Amino acid sequence: MGVASRFILRRRGGKSWHWTDVVTWVWLLGGLIIMFGPAVWLAFSSFKTPAALAEFPPSILPYVTSQATVQGYDKPLQLFEAKMPDGSTKVLAEVRRIGLVAQMVDPKAPGEIVRVNIGDRTPVRSVSFATENYTTPFTQFDFLRYLWNSVFVTVTATLITLIVNSMAAFALSKYEFRGRSLAMLIILATLMVPLSVIMVPLYSIISSLGLFNNLWGVILPTVATPTGVFILRQYMLTIPDELIDAARMDKASEWQIYWRIVLPLTAPALAVLAIFSVVWRWNDFLWPLIVLSRRELYTLQVGLSIYSGELNVQWHFILAMTVVTMIPVVLVFIFLQRFITTGIAGTGLK
Amino acid sequence: MSTTSLTDRLGSLLMAPVHLLMRIIDIPLRAVQKATGIGGMAAVFLAPNMLIFGIFVLLPLVINFVYSMTGGTAFFLSERNFVGAEQYQRLFTCTNYLDPMSCQEDAFWTAVGNTFWFVVLQVTLMIGVSLITALILNRDLAARSFWRAVFFFPVLLSPVVVGLIWKWILQRQGLLNFGLYQFGIEPYTWLTDRNWTFIATIGVSIWAHMGLYTLILLAGLQAIPKDLYEAAEMDGTKPARVFRRITLPLLAPNLLVVVVLALIKAVQIFDEVYVLTGGGPGTSTLYLTQYIYETGFASALRNPGLAAAASILMGLVLVVLTLIQLGIGQRGEKKGKR
Repeated sequence: MGVASRFILRRRGGKSWHWTDVVTWVWLLGGLIIMFGPAVWLAFSSFKTPAALAEFPPSILPYVTSQATVQGYDKPLQLFEAKMPDGSTKVLAEVRRIGLVAQMVDPKAPGEIVRVNIGDRTPVRSVSFATENYTTPFTQFDFLRYLWNSVFVTVTATLITLIVNSMAAFALSKYEFRGRSLAMLIILATLMVPLSVIMVPLYSIISSLGLFNNLWGVILPTVATPTGVFILRQYMLTIPDELIDAARMDKASEWQIYWRIVLPLTAPALAVLAIFSVVWRWNDFLWPLIVLSRRELYTLQVGLSIYSGELNVQWHFILAMTVVTMIPVVLVFIFLQRFITTGIAGTGLK
Repeated sequence: MSTTSLTDRLGSLLMAPVHLLMRIIDIPLRAVQKATGIGGMAAVFLAPNMLIFGIFVLLPLVINFVYSMTGGTAFFLSERNFVGAEQYQRLFTCTNYLDPMSCQEDAFWTAVGNTFWFVVLQVTLMIGVSLITALILNRDLAARSFWRAVFFFPVLLSPVVVGLIWKWILQRQGLLNFGLYQFGIEPYTWLTDRNWTFIATIGVSIWAHMGLYTLILLAGLQAIPKDLYEAAEMDGTKPARVFRRITLPLLAPNLLVVVVLALIKAVQIFDEVYVLTGGGPGTSTLYLTQYIYETGFASALRNPGLAAAASILMGLVLVVLTLIQLGIGQRGEKKGKR
């Protein structure tokens, strides 16, 4: 403990503590709680039964009250720990409650009825994970369908993005041709054309192409990302032209040069773009909301928002499905976060 | 040794159909190359991206202007009638220009007003918080990359997830009420209160996005030469003065870029607010993008022409902001070259 705290709280040159060090640690620990706390709280809540979710004040772990079937009673009875008049405590099952007095029986000896003041008993509770919050939306609602749609959109859009953007980046970095700077300028200028500015006419184009209520209508407008072309082009500029000239002398076709030489060498930048693209497409919301109006076509994001907007929100299902929606992004965060942060710090793009 | 060769073999087995496909593609492309020469291949490589780009970004951008000058509820341009500047007139018809409720399109002006205050407050607070966090992360910390990651985590979450996380926390039986309950404050339904809902959208969007700006500012701070600080330390300069005279001026270009970037994003706020509040209660959190979305698609009395006109006005604001950003970027580049 001492070693650990000395390591964590070490100061350069062994200086003594300054008030700014206190501020630093308060800020960092507060940040830790505020940044992770809400998501962790949601994840814990997602394992609670509807009854436990309605409780106030809420408990952190998912508790359920224990029940037992007692001989002579049809329905399972709720178990309580009751304080007996002699001061001992006993686990009893409640038969019925009349006013402030509960009629209870001993599950082991169900013959006689014991009267207990309701203030003298506490429910027996145990930790239990309501996994049906996860299984029911998949089996009885369309969430498996939504999950599949999301995976399909994300994977397809990312693959097309990688191919189409890398081809364009190759052309813009390794060829001299008229209009190259114009093409570059157009791509950069539209870097800042957001969906909210063009959504009305884009919708009419999608409809006239017959892509309304079609997952391809979600995928296609997103794949020609200017950011992707930009990142890949910057990277390809560092590949020496001599390599390409040598390949040409060996009678390699341009397509072979792209596929066999340039693309493998661009792998690190492609990986960064792939991570970005997966996160972008997985998280897309407004455009799928506009294009998809049939329930069986919803992506997870659209499905979640529609279900959570309903009048009687079934929070236990919504919470569980939110956790499912979070999983890929959390995985990216745990394993690939470093690539994204260095990517953003390097280019300032997101 | 044998396991690596096994994975290698598995990899090449999986890649075999891809390689085959590439060879097949190569056959027609070789013919094209013969006909056009090496230079012509540039067009071939550029074509798919520019085609998609042209159809789904440039074309809508151009059509939008035409669209904003047509009326009716039909979506296809051919079925829409030309109305000139009527949609713009409708947006700008007000009896009293200081009162949004006196305008014909009061919802638009409410959205403009809400968005304005949202942008001002959110960007100011967020850049402040991001700057403090970046300064703290730039200190001599153990496990700095861990702490950097902590603040970055919400940036990756989807806006829908962000909205739902906070909707769950702010509801009546939620965590916030539980926390306040410990101090004897009665539970409150935050998301039915106009003012609190507005504050909530600001707080939640700061929570969700500050990590990005912290990251960029931290990169800027780390680019400041260390010897400047060492020289200041040797001269015994006070920390506040070091911050004002060294850190702030050298961070200024980054800070400006971050502010403009945050402004551009804040003007377009939609997703997380739509899930968290749906624009309500009433119109207290109705922002511009939601106004465009509802006018164009969701409302029963939809008017795509009006939505297009509103989106063009919003686009103009974004163009101005982008030009400012490009200007800053170029000035920074020149400075860097010198």
